[in-house]
Amino acid sequence: MTEEIIIAGFGGQGVLSMGKILAYSGIMQEQEVSWMPSYGPEMRGGTANVTVILSDNRVSSPVLQSYDTAILLNQQSVDKFESMVKPGGLMIYDPNGITRHPERDDIRIFQVEAAAEAARIKSPITFNMVVLGAFIRIKPVVDLENVIKGLRKSLPERHHHLIPKNEEAIKRGMEIVKEARLTA
Amino acid sequence: MKELALMKGNEAIAEAAIRAGVDGYFGYPITPQSEVMEYLTLQKPEERTGMVILQAESEIASINMLYGAAGTGKKVMTSSSSPGISLMQEGISYIAGAELPCLVVNVVRGGPGLGTIQPSQADYFQATKGGGHGDYHLIVLAPASVQEMADFVDLAFNLAFKYRNPAMILSDGLIGQMMEKVELPPQKERVTTFDQSWVTTGKTDDRERNIITSLNLDPDRQYEHNLKLQEKYKNMEQDVMFERIACDDADFLLVAYGSSARICQKVVEVARGRGKRIGLLRPQTLFPFPTREIAKLSRRVKAIMSVELSAGQMVEDVRLAVKGKVPVYHYGMMGGKIHSPDDVLHAVEEKFMGGF
Repeated sequence: MTEEIIIAGFGGQGVLSMGKILAYSGIMQEQEVSWMPSYGPEMRGGTANVTVILSDNRVSSPVLQSYDTAILLNQQSVDKFESMVKPGGLMIYDPNGITRHPERDDIRIFQVEAAAEAARIKSPITFNMVVLGAFIRIKPVVDLENVIKGLRKSLPERHHHLIPKNEEAIKRGMEIVKEARLTA
Repeated sequence: MKELALMKGNEAIAEAAIRAGVDGYFGYPITPQSEVMEYLTLQKPEERTGMVILQAESEIASINMLYGAAGTGKKVMTSSSSPGISLMQEGISYIAGAELPCLVVNVVRGGPGLGTIQPSQADYFQATKGGGHGDYHLIVLAPASVQEMADFVDLAFNLAFKYRNPAMILSDGLIGQMMEKVELPPQKERVTTFDQSWVTTGKTDDRERNIITSLNLDPDRQYEHNLKLQEKYKNMEQDVMFERIACDDADFLLVAYGSSARICQKVVEVARGRGKRIGLLRPQTLFPFPTREIAKLSRRVKAIMSVELSAGQMVEDVRLAVKGKVPVYHYGMMGGKIHSPDDVLHAVEEKFMGGF
């Protein structure tokens, strides 16, 4: 198994930390992992993205031009990465603020209304965990149990009291994710 | 019990330095390697091992602090990125001339000048051909993973003390900024096990005074000193390190180090999937360079391509090894732009077309 993932959105949405938790989850599942962020001028332009690779084998290139899964959290990211999903691959996006929806019919596209859900459970900062839940529901490359272990490793100890809240958000994401209906 | 962590390459260097029992780090911040000193400072190594961390007022000050501390036989290091390493060249030349062991880490960014903060491999010439003035070489190690960023710290000090010569870890923003799983080395005691007969920590009655200098006004003595240095560089060949990936039956060979080697690994995977017999030779030491191995492989393959994030620097050493026996091409982006596996694959198909 090798899963090549791009996660992209605005800076502050928790894109990089979501990637880090996913990478830690992979380690807990005894996978090889890599986490390659955009850094520098790109990041300072307001968008952030990270490439995460989980694999049963040694990871080769940490930089890629096509992905098995794209998790896209703003319009710019949908515009930039939609074409880079491998045919037959997966796209998950939050329709919040999206005016031009994805159009490809050769990939699987799922929606998760993560911003709305995180607001509903009165925990906007767990937005990225709602998205993560959606991903592991559609592609169970890591077990929920290992994601929780990953969270424990990734969060500093002083934030460990937040883990139940994050777990709740992940489970909400698993429940609310749905296949997107393309409108022609 | 294995101690696993998820770390950035820069953090792995810092943690490995503490665990290798390094005595001192002298540095000045610059992107994309500032995490080295940030991590060291946060770890409070003065409490963990007694290691000294000092932010100097400039790169020039750092390298001269390194020069002084290395003369006492301590394990000392600095890290910087391209423009900062350029500032250090005078000091590095003096340290090489005075035959002092130390470690300099260069997390390369795009140049020339202040350039960009994105990854590049355009400091190959500077690292492997001397960099400062005079006939000298550094021992140059090229990690291609976060694990090697950690492992090469101790290796660099072993080689530096073995040859009494400065060593460099030549990395770039890609390997420095990415996170991977890393198995941390065990904590070593901060006591030296290396030969200390040459150090200048005070003369004792039973021996002559030790002198550390790079100044020899007498040309005969300086000539002798140069012969000795050249002999040392030749001896380093026994410590050459490289990795062969799918080379045994390869018709075409890629040569790449560090971040480009990672990208080329993917190229080999994809090309092999399409039935193309491509192999990759990955130098882990750039000085000494795996000249013999490349010469050996050049007798078997149809063509070779050196892939580097530069206008073509290592390709010159590949050509010297191949001696015109087969065509040697170069491919690479410059200035902080990174070639993707697809970019390299296209170049490979174009150049090796006859064979495809």
